[in-house]
Amino acid sequence: MAIKILRDFTKRMFNLFFKRKKEISLGFYGPPNAGKTSLANRICKDWTGEELGKISNIPHETRSVQFKEEVEIKFKDKSLKFKLIDTPGIATKIDYEDFMKLKMKKKDAQKRAKEATEGIIESIKWLDDMDAVVVVLDANENPYSQVNITIVGNIVARNIPVLIVANKIDLKKADLKKVENAFPDYEVVGISAKYGKNMDEFYESIFKLAKKTN
Amino acid sequence: MSKKDKIRGITLQFIPYSDIARLDSVGRVKKLLKIILDNKVVILQGRLTSDEESRLIEDTMVMIGNIKGFKGVELAVISGSSQYKSIWEKFKQGLAKALVGEQDAITIIGPASIVKEMKRDPTKLEVMMR
Repeated sequence: MAIKILRDFTKRMFNLFFKRKKEISLGFYGPPNAGKTSLANRICKDWTGEELGKISNIPHETRSVQFKEEVEIKFKDKSLKFKLIDTPGIATKIDYEDFMKLKMKKKDAQKRAKEATEGIIESIKWLDDMDAVVVVLDANENPYSQVNITIVGNIVARNIPVLIVANKIDLKKADLKKVENAFPDYEVVGISAKYGKNMDEFYESIFKLAKKTN
Repeated sequence: MSKKDKIRGITLQFIPYSDIARLDSVGRVKKLLKIILDNKVVILQGRLTSDEESRLIEDTMVMIGNIKGFKGVELAVISGSSQYKSIWEKFKQGLAKALVGEQDAITIIGPASIVKEMKRDPTKLEVMMR
């Protein structure tokens, strides 16, 4: 623990004095199908005109880490460069038969399950490379799931600044208050990545988050 | 486990915190997963650290790919710590945690082939079996 604190402190001091960060590595973490890729796509489309990854209603569409560099985001009179890192959804179980229920062939379902398990391991390993993390949750799902708590706990344990996004607030069952109550120590922003709702507030929060990375 | 197999009963195995207190992170995760692989539901006094929880997820993912029929785990932690505690209470709790580990929580981990879902709300836990 003491070694870790010393290491983090040294890293921060080194970055502060010798290294001027060109871009901030911003990771998108969360459970499957919460809208991480949709949000990353929305940001990329807003600022570069291109999307980052493919989206699907079938869970675990993103099965490997994908990123876009040099994404310049402007807010008011400031601008910052980000490396957006979209990660596979983290889960504690993967059953290929669940994919078959969504009309996938057995062979494809098994392949998807295998890739999804590898993607989860990759997601966790990438945490060490993040300067800041956006945890994307579906505002229509129970926020108290242990996976959400584990993800946030891991980010905090690494001293990485975190912003929680409650996505899909355009849907009827969305409960932003419940997400805020589940994570009272963190800033929570409600958005709809699909329809671009409340993105201004999100960008403002991203700039606040970026400040904490120094 | 095929769809035709029906569960006639489940085994709950209680692990007191003292059983894992002296183990390192690898040992703790290994011990818990060994019990889960025996198709038992673990009830652990206390909780793992967030790093150990992510290690548990990583090891679980490796096992899904290598152990036939293993689909992963369902996991939930119920903690006695209220989010509305005062700073003094939080300090006392932090001190106790540093000295003797986080024991005022219960962790439930079951194989996903037996436990369908665990739904946690702040004050209750629903465990749905297959």
